[in-house]
Amino acid sequence: MTPSAPAKWGLRGLAFGYLGLLLLAPVAMIFYKTFENGFGPPIEAMTSPEALHSIQLTLLMVAIAVPLNTVFGVACALLLVRSRWWANRWIDAIINLPFAISPIVVGLALFLLYGNDGWFGPTLTEWGFQVLFSWPGMVLASIFVSLPFVVREVVPVLHEIGTEQEQAASTLGANGWQTFWRVTLPAIRWGVAYGVVLTTARVLGEFGAVTIVSGRITGETETLPLFVGRAFEQFNEEAAYAGAIVLALLALTTLLLMSIGGRKAKASGAPVPSGGEVPVPISTTKEGS
Amino acid sequence: MGIAVEGAHKRFDDFQALDDVSIDVPDGSLTALLGPSGSGKSTLLRAIAGLEELDSGTVVINGKDATKTPAQKREVGFVFQHYAAFKHMTVFGNVAFGLKIRKWDKARIHDRVHELLRLVQLDGLAERYPDQLSGGQRQRMALARALAVEPQVLLLDEPFGALDAKVRKDLRTWLRRLHDEMHVTTIFVTHDQEEAMDVAEQLVVMNNGRVEQSGSADELYEHPANEFVMSFVGEVNRLGEHFVRPHDMEVVLDPDERTQEGLVQRIVTLGFEVRVELVLSDGTEVWAQLTRAELQRLELREGQIAYLRPVQAKSFNGSSPSIPNGASTPLGSHDGGDAGLPAAV
Repeated sequence: MTPSAPAKWGLRGLAFGYLGLLLLAPVAMIFYKTFENGFGPPIEAMTSPEALHSIQLTLLMVAIAVPLNTVFGVACALLLVRSRWWANRWIDAIINLPFAISPIVVGLALFLLYGNDGWFGPTLTEWGFQVLFSWPGMVLASIFVSLPFVVREVVPVLHEIGTEQEQAASTLGANGWQTFWRVTLPAIRWGVAYGVVLTTARVLGEFGAVTIVSGRITGETETLPLFVGRAFEQFNEEAAYAGAIVLALLALTTLLLMSIGGRKAKASGAPVPSGGEVPVPISTTKEGS
Repeated sequence: MGIAVEGAHKRFDDFQALDDVSIDVPDGSLTALLGPSGSGKSTLLRAIAGLEELDSGTVVINGKDATKTPAQKREVGFVFQHYAAFKHMTVFGNVAFGLKIRKWDKARIHDRVHELLRLVQLDGLAERYPDQLSGGQRQRMALARALAVEPQVLLLDEPFGALDAKVRKDLRTWLRRLHDEMHVTTIFVTHDQEEAMDVAEQLVVMNNGRVEQSGSADELYEHPANEFVMSFVGEVNRLGEHFVRPHDMEVVLDPDERTQEGLVQRIVTLGFEVRVELVLSDGTEVWAQLTRAELQRLELREGQIAYLRPVQAKSFNGSSPSIPNGASTPLGSHDGGDAGLPAAV
């Protein structure tokens, strides 16, 4: 259906107005507030030892949680799409749990599990592992909340590409491993990439679950979002805004790396993905995610 | 030698795709599996390739029992209807795939790929991506990819099904010539009887998961084993128990004891051939194939009464498509049921 001219402009106006008011205005406001008095104060705020430590810790979360969830996500998507198993529908449903559960509830659940009265807590303490109020617990929380993204992005792409290319590879003598690396993975790479971007964004920004399991120890278990939260609560607006900007920049960097990677692939002649595959992610929204 | 399938059964949930199928494909031959969709022909082909596991039965390729051999070790070349091109690889990469898996060295791969690209007339397009090729070019690339590893057998699953009519005709002529040069045992699946008769030396007609009949195009056309084969390998009219090819229907203006009365409903001129559609007194709709000259001699018009005289007819006792042998007609003719028709059918 082609909308009439007034309807078209109406829709455009609505889209732009909605985005402008609800997304662009708040982000612009933060930028404005941060650099209101020049670059000096925010740089100073972000070079304090606590701030630097929180950035480091946040990057550590990303460095651990994102690769783990990517490998798991791709493997799990392959299991769900390429095999027939009675448990698949259960796995499919369980994977969506993090979408359905509030992060704060995730934090509480981990707290109960790994606390001194929990199932795993006493045993792990005996072995000398400190999970709660330490980075391992925070990694667990980050993994939990960001788990579904890669799976949910890769599953539809796997459906889309079908099994014929993989079957062709096997008739040409490729074993399962060779088929995966040479045929399947290149074919789903955009789905994986988009899943990685979403996972990274989620881990970078996680607040609720990490708040509970970290204990919020300044300079020790404080990630960047927690740093921003504390700065805001202590009326240290300069640090809060500057921290928010750094978070936004980290997320933007991920997106940028992705689209540079994409453009490189295009420049080298690889075809632009079509259909259900995701084009350069920065310029599109994907349905069904 | 060649390919032999014995007693193949395959069931998908409540659908019996293969029901005790046995075929024999001579070494170096070009064989067509012909049948309507759902007849099991693709399943059989995929079972030969190892892409489908049989519930029971055996697959023997060049004298070796391959029933339990995985697809990757069967050394078959397989060509898919929708090409199954590796979209992220160039034409060169696609054709080189099997050779890289076999760890050939670069120079050898380069020579072999270009040799094949010349064979399929794609030399010069080596650096293109599949998206930049036409359907016919993609299918030729897929064929080159399958042939690159020098397979023992070549299997093609409706290879021309997704192409338009003109390209389809070119490609099948080309496939036959290629086969004449390569002599690799080839099986291809099609639902198009004309295509099967045009390309293949041997046809295997399948229906409902069973083999109805196999033989040369002439054998199937002249001596169909049953009603199904007769109607699948050519046009057919049904007159009671009897089956008559439209070109075996004589149209005359004077009745005698062997003719049947019919009302001419429609006359369609298709170039040299003329199609005359009639309705018999019992409501049966039939058509006769005449030449233009015959039509002019008869001066037939739509709406007039004419008389039909079947020159040659067949009947199959019980006329069930699953009965493998054509039974003789009530007239007791010797050659597989060919007979003139009695006056009243």
